[in-house]
Amino acid sequence: MQNPVLFELAREGRGSRHLPDLVTSEEKILASIPPSSLRKSPLRLPEIAELDLARHLERLTDRNHYIEKDLYPLGSCTMKYNPKLHEKLASHPLISGLHPGLPDEEVQGAIQLLVELEECLQAITGMDDVTLQPAAGAHGEFTSMRMIEAYYRDRGESRTKVITPDSAHGTNPASIMRVGWTPVEAPHNERGEVDLEALGKLVDGSTAALMLTLPNTLGLFETQLPKIVEIVHSAGAQMYLDGANLNALLGFVRPGDVGFDVMHINVHKTFSTPHGGGGPGAGPVGVKKHLTPYLPSPRPVKSGDVYHWDRDLPDSIGPVHSHFGNFGILLRAFAYIRHHGSDGLREVQRHAILNANYLMKRIADSFPPAFDRTPMHEFVSSAARYRDRGIRAGDIGKRLLDFGFYAPTIAFPLIVKEALMIEPTETESPETLDRFADAMNQIAAEIESDPEMVKTAPHNTPVKRVNDSLASRKPILRWPDDAPTD
Amino acid sequence: MRIPEDLKYTREHEWLLMEEGTVTYGITDFAQSELGDIVFVELPEVGDAVTVNDTSGTIEAVKTVADIFSPVSGHVIEVNERLVDDPDLVNRDPYGEGWMIKVEVEDPPELVDLLSADEYNGLIEQEQANS
Repeated sequence: MQNPVLFELAREGRGSRHLPDLVTSEEKILASIPPSSLRKSPLRLPEIAELDLARHLERLTDRNHYIEKDLYPLGSCTMKYNPKLHEKLASHPLISGLHPGLPDEEVQGAIQLLVELEECLQAITGMDDVTLQPAAGAHGEFTSMRMIEAYYRDRGESRTKVITPDSAHGTNPASIMRVGWTPVEAPHNERGEVDLEALGKLVDGSTAALMLTLPNTLGLFETQLPKIVEIVHSAGAQMYLDGANLNALLGFVRPGDVGFDVMHINVHKTFSTPHGGGGPGAGPVGVKKHLTPYLPSPRPVKSGDVYHWDRDLPDSIGPVHSHFGNFGILLRAFAYIRHHGSDGLREVQRHAILNANYLMKRIADSFPPAFDRTPMHEFVSSAARYRDRGIRAGDIGKRLLDFGFYAPTIAFPLIVKEALMIEPTETESPETLDRFADAMNQIAAEIESDPEMVKTAPHNTPVKRVNDSLASRKPILRWPDDAPTD
Repeated sequence: MRIPEDLKYTREHEWLLMEEGTVTYGITDFAQSELGDIVFVELPEVGDAVTVNDTSGTIEAVKTVADIFSPVSGHVIEVNERLVDDPDLVNRDPYGEGWMIKVEVEDPPELVDLLSADEYNGLIEQEQANS
């Protein structure tokens, strides 16, 4: 067994539960639970010795890839390093032991932190007000769509469609669909930006918003932004910023100053908190004054010297998260912002852009950029020239694993053939960027000399090439497949 | 890249087989090779109306999802049920066992602009040159 799951490691009687005797009878407990809530079959839990469990987890950790091992250049995901100090703060017992049900007067510091984080995000984005409740970027999009819907409902307007560029993140049309609107795709021009003429034809009185990512998913700034804003605002529609790439704007452009009405912020990307299947994220939303009444309730406020939760918000769309959002994540973001200060955040932006541009140039002979322009914090190169040798972008990603790196984002954005979307982030040193560029250039040379090597990669990983078609066609989603679920 | 002479083609990389009162369509060899391994095909129901240039289904590949644009208006009289369990047929035999939808059409049918095999070959050569 190369990768046993816990059920395969388990042996009956080897568990290490040592629970005290019940203070009451089992019958009494069972009688107090409604029959509809009782399990019909026993819960199947693997019985495993603690040491075997610890080794199992250690083995999985060892086989995983993470930023402390090496570069994680997954474009659009901003896999930067999360400083250990912020982790230490978040796991302090006074923080991790907080209960959301505590009365306001006992958690003054926690509410104060949230109020001050909102103020920081307002200062960074130029937005008038912020909610910290949404648990992810896509959740922020959905929250924003609901606020826009409430805004138009109050004005007696019925708007039914939202425009997204053809380079947009897949979450954009999904969020639009979730509120019952129709996503409409705007094409790009030869510079990789929104095609103004086409946009002008799509935007009309039934348009609720344009969802724009800035810089866009090609890592390019929309140089026609003022004209885009004019087209959208003259139809009475909202400018929505998908803030996934806010790390490229930090300290240089405030979205609230350049025409955006509402935006989300991926704190787990821009402000360096854990993300990527690793637990809760946070996707705060910033709004201009006209949308403030619709922000989710409750909102943290300061009255005099006292912090409390304001629940008297008649026009609010209501809560979008149990309690107040993912506090531990928000705390890390607050620590990151305060740790850097405004000068430090500008440095973050400058180095993110410098690193991306350096790397793009270092691999351009092997993997030319999809658009011949100066990118911001990330860039998209194409591997299309290797198609006639039977090599696709995914093969290059697999081969990179052999060098100890994680793969770039591939096959996105959809408008670039054989896309390799690379975001080194500001936390990588020039030496690391050089090692990665050398690996990329070596792979390009291998495609000429030994394409089979690339086609059958990875060779040095604990798990060799997986059949991802089979995994999608016949997924095995639980263990064992016939386990009772009631 | 196979482009059978007896079929008609669209700019959306679909092929059409025109018969008396019906049109059968699927995606081309070029389209399936661009998409890569297809893992799921969502087809309309028999009896559904399809409208020219509207979406009549979706194709899911490992890394992307594509719409099946309807090249014609009419009523669905048959869909390729085998694709539900075996979407791989589209990759293996796009013009044969990987067919997708058969539509009953008016006379004359309401259609998108169609390309001959030669013209379609020109289109994909141009697309490959642009990449």
